[in-house]
Amino acid sequence: MASYKISVNNKLLTVDADADTPMLWVLRDHLNLVGTKFGCGIAQCGACTVHVDGYAVRSCQLKVASVGNSKITTIEGLSAEGTHPVQVAWSEVDVPQCGYCQSGQIMAAAALLKHNPNPTDDDIDNAMTNICRCGTHYRMRKAIHLAAKKGELVK
Amino acid sequence: MIEQAVSRRHFLKVTSIAGGGLVLGFNMLTNAQPVKPVAGAVFSPNAYISIDANGLITLMSPNPEIGQGVKTALPMILAEELEVPWDKVAVEMAPLDQSKYGSQNAGGSGAVRTRYMPIRTAGATARQMLITAAAQQWGANEADCYAENAFVMHKPTGKKLSYGDLAAKAALLPVPTDVKLKDPKDFKIIGTRVHNIDNHKIITGQPLYGIDTRREGMLFASVAKPPAFGKALKSFDDTETRKVAGVKNVVSVPSRNLVAVLATSTWAAKKGRDALKVEWEDKSKLESTTEHTASFTELLSNKSDKPARNDGDVDAALTNTANKLVEAVYETPVLSHANMEPLNFFADVRDGKVELYGPTQVPANLRGDVSKALNIPQENITLGMPRQGGGFGRKLKTDNGVEAALISQAAKVPVQMLWMREDDMQGDFYRPSSMFKYRAAISPANEIVAWHINAAVLSGGRASNANGFPASGIANYRVDNHSLPTNIQTGPWRAPTSNSVAFADESFLDEIAHQMKKDPVTLRLEILDKAKNQPTGKGDYDVAKYKSVIDLVTQMSGWGKKKAPNVYQGIAAHFSFSTYAAHVAEVTKMKDGTLRVTKVYSAINCGRVVNQSGAETQVEGAIIDGLSHALFSKVTFDKGAVEQTNFHTYKFLRMKDAPIEVIVKFVPSEDPPTGLGEPGLPPIAPAVGNAIFAATGVRYRKLPFELGKV
Repeated sequence: MASYKISVNNKLLTVDADADTPMLWVLRDHLNLVGTKFGCGIAQCGACTVHVDGYAVRSCQLKVASVGNSKITTIEGLSAEGTHPVQVAWSEVDVPQCGYCQSGQIMAAAALLKHNPNPTDDDIDNAMTNICRCGTHYRMRKAIHLAAKKGELVK
Repeated sequence: MIEQAVSRRHFLKVTSIAGGGLVLGFNMLTNAQPVKPVAGAVFSPNAYISIDANGLITLMSPNPEIGQGVKTALPMILAEELEVPWDKVAVEMAPLDQSKYGSQNAGGSGAVRTRYMPIRTAGATARQMLITAAAQQWGANEADCYAENAFVMHKPTGKKLSYGDLAAKAALLPVPTDVKLKDPKDFKIIGTRVHNIDNHKIITGQPLYGIDTRREGMLFASVAKPPAFGKALKSFDDTETRKVAGVKNVVSVPSRNLVAVLATSTWAAKKGRDALKVEWEDKSKLESTTEHTASFTELLSNKSDKPARNDGDVDAALTNTANKLVEAVYETPVLSHANMEPLNFFADVRDGKVELYGPTQVPANLRGDVSKALNIPQENITLGMPRQGGGFGRKLKTDNGVEAALISQAAKVPVQMLWMREDDMQGDFYRPSSMFKYRAAISPANEIVAWHINAAVLSGGRASNANGFPASGIANYRVDNHSLPTNIQTGPWRAPTSNSVAFADESFLDEIAHQMKKDPVTLRLEILDKAKNQPTGKGDYDVAKYKSVIDLVTQMSGWGKKKAPNVYQGIAAHFSFSTYAAHVAEVTKMKDGTLRVTKVYSAINCGRVVNQSGAETQVEGAIIDGLSHALFSKVTFDKGAVEQTNFHTYKFLRMKDAPIEVIVKFVPSEDPPTGLGEPGLPPIAPAVGNAIFAATGVRYRKLPFELGKV
């Protein structure tokens, strides 16, 4: 057990955990940020996707000891009240069914748009690799295109 | 303040108090401020509705929400008859109380279709009582009063009273038994596009699911279970486990063949579980998929003793040398439910009382099973229903709740039992595999005169439907169903039986159409025409409705019209859960030589659509779910062990494999709603298989397709 200082959602937090503890469980069990979801534990499904310095990362494979000074953003920190263009688009397109994978999907989409504000369908195909068991893919694609438009309006 | 509160239903928090009334809290996301309980009587003529003196309207949604949208659709029906605007209601999950709510299950695509009339009546009853209260207050004739936008209006004078103003008076009235339902032409909410009631909570990552439960003193439990079907717990050594930091206890539940490690975090519990040394022993046969396949083949070498349907004489028609014989064998694999939220449950068993909270499609069964397993009376058991990360039939079984309760009982602490994905995938009640052997005869007049399906399934499932299309449209028609005993756990999986047999039936029909050199749509219409005008026995489907979806999807998709040179179409239809679904899948030959399903058109006849957006998502989702499994997914067994333990080997479709467009249309209907969670799934695999044949000339008779490069 060791003590780590990590930046989560713009707050510097102290966590006592084993070095090999994945950030997924640090977030969920130590920090009670349960919006980040567990799906597979082997970086296949992406339900645990968070941002590390603005990039989409599967937190089940990110050990707490290796976080260092990187800034972690979770779904809870993406926006204060759910007003990030991706969240708004997700709501307007009525994407979620069961909703369980959606925080991971939204984080993946938000990271995509941050680095590629106007993605093509091919870009979306390549960036959105998370599993959704309900089959919301068609609506997620629509929502990403809508969010891209909204992003432009903001600029 | 309350006016503001009711216009922001996302932020309302409702907690129940004793006496059946409701206390309302006002829970702003950023600045939670509790409000005082509202004074005065609450009007609650039935368990679904309560209206307080401030006009706050709370609607209870009775059935588990597993992503099928009932937490939105059922309250919409209530709000419609109650005559309240949708943005003025708060929706809450009802507690488990079947004495008040009737059957509270999620299964059989049944919530909307079974509750449509009872819930309309509940809403109309409340509306009627509010009208009576207003008429009494005004000394007016009830016939001169009507309800609108949460007010009762007096037509002659234009006076109005809000539902809040009327709540106290209405609460004192007797509940009428003969209320008048609205004329559907006056519907304002039913049939509109309403978004998932929990969207805001979902997109902001709020704790909504069983896995998100956190309680004082709760420990996280990880379990060791047999590595193969046929094995049982013999002994275990937890010496190393107890050295893992955070591990607090290890308990075993021999009756369930499990050892549970309890710890202060999931990670510690998992590490402790992995450090267990468990000895398993063989208790029954260790089965393998290759043996199942061989046994199916053996079973299908004979007919069954008792056919499920037997019209005319198939053998005579099949052996008549004037007829052309078409034969084919189709196979579907075992599938896992693989809900995105791995199975879990919270249980707190203390002092002869049990608190349960977690994902289940059958809360009453689960409570009953916990009662039996723990020998604690049901009245001492409470069960709360969170939103659930999928269902697909897995949670019609109650093992997750029962095992969590047994672990809590043994360890004497509140626990959250959580299965790792590997546990979930190896401990499923799987969609059983099946094999279908078809023989059909085509007459010299180019008509199908015989159809014989000889089908086998792992026990626990029904191999095929006796009376589904094309039964009744073919003169000689026989169905034989066989079941292969197994110790593999099997169970319902989204659209049971239909999810396999529709692939086989609708693909084989396409094969026959090509043999007959007939357009597959034309052939289906000819069979329907026979079923209507010269039926042989009865089919379980309505010919006109079946035709309605084929006609609509044909029109939507431009069937038979010229497409881009690299685009090919396939069609399939199926009737299940009282709903008709027809899909046209478009397969595109991509530049890199692969095939991609790029577009799907779907026509659905499900009676009246309650929530246009929710209904579309169910069909879109069923199509993509069905496509995903058709392309990629299978479970195989080797000596009782599941060979696909996680998503690296049990594969799902990703965005790059998903259709770019899914276009869903509903046949306009005045009929009451029918099922919608499942019926969109069965016809997609054959529609895609038929499109692949159109593109390549290769007939895929086995799922999953596992397409490589063409």
